[in-house]
Amino acid sequence: MLKTRIIPCLDVKDGRVVKGVQFLELRDAGDPVEAAKAYDAAGADELCFLDITASHEARGTLLDVVSRTAEACFMPLTVGGGVRAVEDVRALLLAGADKVAINTAAVKDPDLVARAAEKFGAQCIVVAIDAKRVSGPGEPARWEVFTHGGRNPTGLDAIAFARTVAAKGAGELLVTSMDRDGTRSGYDLALTRAIADAVAVPVIASGGVGGLDDLVAGVAEGGASAVLAASIFHFGQHSVAEAKAHMAAAGLAMRLDA
Amino acid sequence: MSETVAIIDYGSGNLHSAAKAFERAAREAEVDRRIVVTGDPAIVAAADRVVLPGVGAYADCRRGLDAVPGMVAAMEEAAHARARPFLGICVGMQLLATRGLEYTVTPGLGWIPGDVGPIRPADPTLKIPHMGWNTLVAGSHPLLAGIPTGNEGLHAYFVHSYALKADRPADVVAEVDYGGPVTAMVARDTVAGTQFHPEKSQRLGLALLANFLKWRP
Repeated sequence: MLKTRIIPCLDVKDGRVVKGVQFLELRDAGDPVEAAKAYDAAGADELCFLDITASHEARGTLLDVVSRTAEACFMPLTVGGGVRAVEDVRALLLAGADKVAINTAAVKDPDLVARAAEKFGAQCIVVAIDAKRVSGPGEPARWEVFTHGGRNPTGLDAIAFARTVAAKGAGELLVTSMDRDGTRSGYDLALTRAIADAVAVPVIASGGVGGLDDLVAGVAEGGASAVLAASIFHFGQHSVAEAKAHMAAAGLAMRLDA
Repeated sequence: MSETVAIIDYGSGNLHSAAKAFERAAREAEVDRRIVVTGDPAIVAAADRVVLPGVGAYADCRRGLDAVPGMVAAMEEAAHARARPFLGICVGMQLLATRGLEYTVTPGLGWIPGDVGPIRPADPTLKIPHMGWNTLVAGSHPLLAGIPTGNEGLHAYFVHSYALKADRPADVVAEVDYGGPVTAMVARDTVAGTQFHPEKSQRLGLALLANFLKWRP
């Protein structure tokens, strides 16, 4: 039986982890490769690097981080942030990423998703959708796609956009609630569910995890195939093993042999 | 002199991490193997073991393979004429089939008779691609020696929308349950292929790679 995946996500800036990983005694908690190794050993099902480096010139640093991680960790690695063209996708895959997440560029040019999927296969193209609830109280729920870390509205309906990019060849959608991100108040389950029901590809729930029950709800109520979390793992609040045990106890199929 | 393991480079993605996984498996199994990533048919033809990786679309991979003059002949030489162990991974495994039916009909190598077609789970709510960790329903094969399979067994990492349907049931060594049985591993004589990615499958993967490096079919 296919298992629900737990995906720790690391924000990387200029080749260093921001919001340091404190859950293990790492020699260098700011080194993404060290953090990746620790999560590999801890039984994470996949790993996600989100590059928040502002300048495009610093891409070389990220590629080096990706290639050193891929050499040390025999688990799937998704890398996102600043992917603007097919060439960026190629560079990340050649460096050793297994999947590449496209965010802003997919909004500007949905055909980029199609071009990348045709070239490299849908299985390695993830579209990251940042959505904010825009419906008022009492109205049917509506979410809008935002870019640039939730600063720029796009006018696009998140559900319709999810359908569009899935049809263009995205193999997976990473759905982040910008309302919940950083609040530790749980995923926006209605958003996750609406998108999971709208597309045939797997959906990763993201944004707002405050505790282990939120991970369970992301799957049981949100319909997600995988759950992404950052701070609950980085700051040692919970281990990946605890999260898996908790989710398994709630009746979800988890990989416990790692 | 140590055996040479040739990982075929035909433009299908990053092979550096695959090579690292083989190197680690060799180290942990304490076998002396020289792992080379190569696009040179002469090296493939003369190798002691050959690995055909592959990610992306079937037709794209086939085109990539054909774009290297002499490579298919070199693979035939190693796997058949010289009976060297041969492992296809993911689309590299699918290429062993007679035909791929992804987008268009593309001829495969025809080593494991059968077609590669879309996965159609009985349960329509199951997502495609089949992506993530799943257990194997397996018979016995030297490449799976010592690897616990079944519901309580170890997990393998899958990511695919198409699967090989072999004409001969005996060629299927392992299946995976995804709304019905889906081929996870095939083998015949000196040739084997895994739909999953052993190089991304942690414990199960490293054990399988070590078994391949020691395999004497």
